[in-house]
Amino acid sequence: MNGAQDLGGAMGFGRVEPEAGEPVFHADWESRVLAVTLAAGGLGEWNIDQGRHAREVLHPALYLNASYYEIWLRALERLLKETGLLDAQELETGRPNGPAAKTRLPPPDAEGMRRIIAKGTPFDSEPRAPARFAIGQKVRAKEMNPTYHTRLPRYARGKVGVVERVHGAHIFPDTSGPGTGEPVWLYTIAFPAQELWGEGADPTLTVSIEGFEPYFDAA
Amino acid sequence: MASCACPGDHGRVALDGYDPVARVKALEQLLVEKGYVDPAALDVIVDTYAHRIGPMNGAKVVAKAWSDPAYRERLLADGTAASAELGYGGRGGEHIVAVENTPTLHNLIVCTLCSCYPWPLLGLPPVWYKSPPYRSRAVLEPRAVLADFGVTLPETTRIRVWDSTAETRYIVVPMRPAGTEGLSEERLATLVTRESMIGTGLALAPERIAA
Repeated sequence: MNGAQDLGGAMGFGRVEPEAGEPVFHADWESRVLAVTLAAGGLGEWNIDQGRHAREVLHPALYLNASYYEIWLRALERLLKETGLLDAQELETGRPNGPAAKTRLPPPDAEGMRRIIAKGTPFDSEPRAPARFAIGQKVRAKEMNPTYHTRLPRYARGKVGVVERVHGAHIFPDTSGPGTGEPVWLYTIAFPAQELWGEGADPTLTVSIEGFEPYFDAA
Repeated sequence: MASCACPGDHGRVALDGYDPVARVKALEQLLVEKGYVDPAALDVIVDTYAHRIGPMNGAKVVAKAWSDPAYRERLLADGTAASAELGYGGRGGEHIVAVENTPTLHNLIVCTLCSCYPWPLLGLPPVWYKSPPYRSRAVLEPRAVLADFGVTLPETTRIRVWDSTAETRYIVVPMRPAGTEGLSEERLATLVTRESMIGTGLALAPERIAA
């Protein structure tokens, strides 16, 4: 969706402000948000892209004003409510309103969590069709404005780039759900800055995106 | 903390009255009480990312690539497998791609859409990496972004920005600094900063590090 999360090329945000000696967490509550988000994710009720969508549907004014962990927490509350694990009253009062719902996976214990962190969730899969594009080929990103999640940023839509790498077939974020998803070919597509930004673009700059095959047509 | 410019990162109450500090405390209690999360799993997560996984992992990968030409080749050909050789991989780094800086090419990593970052090699991303100034400008004016980090490259250096829009996660292999011939991998790793592996910095010169 064309939400506040799609920031590439936006202006007016000012300087990047690196913080010398930045701690991993600035306060305890941040580490708790990380922990409950990852642990609840282990229940298998939503996947990574549904998690991302729950963040990008925040009102743009809230998204841009919030810290990253606040965005995560708001999204987690939404996911818990949408999947029926918690109801609105429970979220408001902080008190249980009934027994727990059945989840796709049991809550990970300490050992299970260590395993999830160590192994991750590979996103590649057997391709269902041969790759449509080859290294060196020119492709044009589609003009599209889906209301659900997509990984094609606005700044690349309609632009012509070159296939630079082929990563095999990965689960297509725009249509995947928990435990389901269509493997499609994933490429690195490189765009000259001139193509993306036009007049005044840095002539030494090339920008690439990781592009899923359904986003492109041969150019 | 007063000097930190990150918006709202210290738990202030948001525009609509939402108080993340109180909310997460209540939510954690509720999730534990209903049996949706195991407190022991929460401890594992915090301990792992606070203490066990961080830029020191990526620095070891880079130092080995600088020291061992065969490893460098394996790393550039298959970042996931080469990272696994050193025991690094897993969540947030299932598909690792390493890209190498040269005298004529400088690489920079960003995620304009969220905060994708090679967790097993660099740990959790810093606030600036996740914030709108970096995510908006890195793909448009990377030289101006580099200037915010005090880095100026020759005008002729080609710049390549990798927008991490899928589960492929990038790490930059910075150029090995001059005057480091004969240094051990362990010493070399101390020259490899987090910023140098994102591309917003360069590896440190050896005289910058106390012997």
